Amino acid sequence: MTIDNLHQLHRLIARNRFWEKIFIVFGILSLLVGIITLLALLIDMTIDGLPRLSWQFFTSFPSRKYEEAGILSAWVGTCLVILVTAIAAIPIGIASGIYLEEYAKKNWLGDIIEINVTNLAGIPSIIYGLLALGLFVEQLKLGRSILTAGLTLSLLVLPIVIVTTREAIRAIPNSIREAACALGASKWQTIWDHILPYSIGSILTGIIIGLARAVGETAPLITIGALTFIAFLPDSPFKSEFPYISFNWLQAEFTVMPIQMFNWVSRPDPEFQSNAAAAGVVLVFMTLAMNAIAIFIRYRLRRRIKW
Amino acid sequence: MVENHPSQASKFKCEVKNLNFYYGSVRVLKDINLSVFSHQVTALIGPSGCGKTTLLRCFNRMHDLYPGNRYTGEIELDKINILAPWIDPIEVRMRIGMVFQKPNPFPKSIYENVAYGLRVRGQSQRSAIDETVEQALRNAALWDEVKDRLYDLAFNLSGGQQQRLCIARALATNPEMILFDEPTSALDPIATASIEELITQLKEKVTILIVTHSMQQAARISDRTAFMYLGEIIEFDRTQTIFSDPTHRKTQDYVNGRFG
Amino acid sequence: MSEKYLKLSPTIHLAPRIIRNLRERIVELLLLGAAISSIATTIGILGILIYESFSFFQQVSIIKFLTDTEWSPLFENPRYGVVPLVSGTLVTTVVALSLAIPLGTIAAIYLSEFASPKLREIAKPCLEILAGIPTVVYGYFAYLFVTPLLQIPLPDLPGSNMLSAGLVMGIMIIPYVSSISEDAMRAVPVHLREGSYAMGATRLQTALRVVFPAAISGISAAYILGISRAVGETMIVAIAAGLQPILTWNPMEEAATITAYIVGVTQGDLPHGSLEYQTIFAAGLVLVLMTLVFNILGHFLTKRYREVY
Repeated sequence: MTIDNLHQLHRLIARNRFWEKIFIVFGILSLLVGIITLLALLIDMTIDGLPRLSWQFFTSFPSRKYEEAGILSAWVGTCLVILVTAIAAIPIGIASGIYLEEYAKKNWLGDIIEINVTNLAGIPSIIYGLLALGLFVEQLKLGRSILTAGLTLSLLVLPIVIVTTREAIRAIPNSIREAACALGASKWQTIWDHILPYSIGSILTGIIIGLARAVGETAPLITIGALTFIAFLPDSPFKSEFPYISFNWLQAEFTVMPIQMFNWVSRPDPEFQSNAAAAGVVLVFMTLAMNAIAIFIRYRLRRRIKW
Repeated sequence: MVENHPSQASKFKCEVKNLNFYYGSVRVLKDINLSVFSHQVTALIGPSGCGKTTLLRCFNRMHDLYPGNRYTGEIELDKINILAPWIDPIEVRMRIGMVFQKPNPFPKSIYENVAYGLRVRGQSQRSAIDETVEQALRNAALWDEVKDRLYDLAFNLSGGQQQRLCIARALATNPEMILFDEPTSALDPIATASIEELITQLKEKVTILIVTHSMQQAARISDRTAFMYLGEIIEFDRTQTIFSDPTHRKTQDYVNGRFG
Repeated sequence: MSEKYLKLSPTIHLAPRIIRNLRERIVELLLLGAAISSIATTIGILGILIYESFSFFQQVSIIKFLTDTEWSPLFENPRYGVVPLVSGTLVTTVVALSLAIPLGTIAAIYLSEFASPKLREIAKPCLEILAGIPTVVYGYFAYLFVTPLLQIPLPDLPGSNMLSAGLVMGIMIIPYVSSISEDAMRAVPVHLREGSYAMGATRLQTALRVVFPAAISGISAAYILGISRAVGETMIVAIAAGLQPILTWNPMEEAATITAYIVGVTQGDLPHGSLEYQTIFAAGLVLVLMTLVFNILGHFLTKRYREVY
């Protein structure tokens, strides 16, 4: 190789290196765009909303006067709706995941359920609202109630629970199944005694992430006609006299955090918008806290069991 | 059937008669005939892919777990054909234990690992389970090493200890026969030696069928050896005969290390 | 010891066996029932949409619905042309994707090919938080932070506009694009990369000419997921892009999307069975068909990229 050629080569390499550095700058920038936006959002909302965050804000009903308005009915509503969602979505989601992973045969039914779950995960949330409006509210006459809202969100969360259950189950090595079977355990005993206990941690992270999404979900609940001005709490589920438990709250009308926030954002006066910001801070805190718990569980699990 | 109870005096624990096994349409085992002698160690040897593990897994009907597998022929356990469709595979597995190639303890405590087989059998009396667990661990030569940490996670044991735990797990349910599928292939030489010693002790209590990748191991621990090649049993005889004076050319080549 | 074996003889243990098999069958049926509930959901969705749209299309012709350029179902002389809603949906989607696709792709290439494992461990959850923020909060942010910010260089920008809604939606979609693209690129086998390095290529050249093309079907699946998210996103556009169905292709104007229309109308009290009530199902049907096309496309693309290696 002549000196001249070598020179050329060095120049070429220098140029390639230069472009690489430019790209790295762009790469970091594009990561930062997302992260800076996130920070801007959180800071902006906190500045607007912090003055309104007081004990009174959590313990007051919505009001025409912005300084008296609070989110009591909203956060109680969110908690009750999510409770219904969890009760409906967790058993059905885990059961479907187990069926698809452990029982489903490679036939048309298995294929259809499989494609169907992927598709459901991609359907816009507002469409679930239309289903709930047409089916739960109008056909089944469940009303614009906490029950309807919880069931609607559970349909939305279901694909997430199913997918994480399947992934968690798939991660368990086959040797565990064979070990249990060789001891004379039946298929269901194997699942109940081994597969489920060993995968429940990962399944739990999926459930929490799914429920966090349900907490922030607005559109389907507006569609079924959640009210924005609720100045009462649903019936308490606990009674002082027999049978101590009541299900009247399921039929109660409700509002939830994101709808309360949406309502305040749409008001023209800035005072209500700072109420919206305060509600937003609470809402983001709720969802981020749930996500953080999920990430923590995942982290702990990764350190504990190595197959 | 009650009259026909398993007699300890019978020479054969298990008899395989004209067994064929198919994965889908592929015939993996061809006309296998084999007699497993009571309270002896029978070894299956042969080059990899010859079907020895497949044959072993027929004995506790592990193949039933996966679709597309099919048997013809018979395996008689105390004169009852355990491959018959009306026989419950779970009962077969309760009577014939198995130890796998890689130690596969459950991610539970040592105690729970051994007790699991009893729980599956509906045993719930705590004191009885305690007693059986201790006995099984003693029989698997593990008791002294783990008696102070029975409630530790089984994953914290060494590989050899995990494999002995798996043996204890199989022993706890008092099986009539135990299948070993290359039980030492994932272990170091010291752990291997202790497992081999254990197997020779166990044959007083149970009948043993072992698949092994190592001819030396077969020679050390087994009473009878079957040499398999391409899904067939080429030769089955006393271990000594197989290694010193085999009838077939293939067997001779194999035990002398000319192929495999 | 032989007594114990006796108890396990097949005939004596017949009863427990029958009970056990029965239990196994019942459990399997229950699990199957749960799995089928997802099919029931799909059937429910399609059934309701088609059922209500059917009554709608008996009163409004499909041709009119697809070609009329005005959507004013609540006016005195109602017109039912879905084109303005579709245009609003498409404009916000295009704005969102023109932000999310370049940023998401570059971030994915950077994370998969350049970033240290430690940075990746930190950056990925941070990006995923973006997808976890409730969309109503994004709506607030677009309406009360981004729009005023954009009004500094663009003083004519109306308070409700598709530009800020689209941009914020784009930020929200970045993690969908970047995480799936990154997975696809990381699935490219090392020997392909090493082949390229051995020829003297830089990391960037390897990333762009070897890894990116090899992962292209996974990456396009990520884009398609992003598109279907953008098409179906509701709260950001409902808050920040306005609720007026206007036919315009200019992102600096106000216009309603399909989703925003549904939200806007259902906020009021809709009499069941009225034509207005049925319009939201017809609009929903259009929306589902749009996302369905993208989802199916994405499904096949992911399947293909899984089969390559």
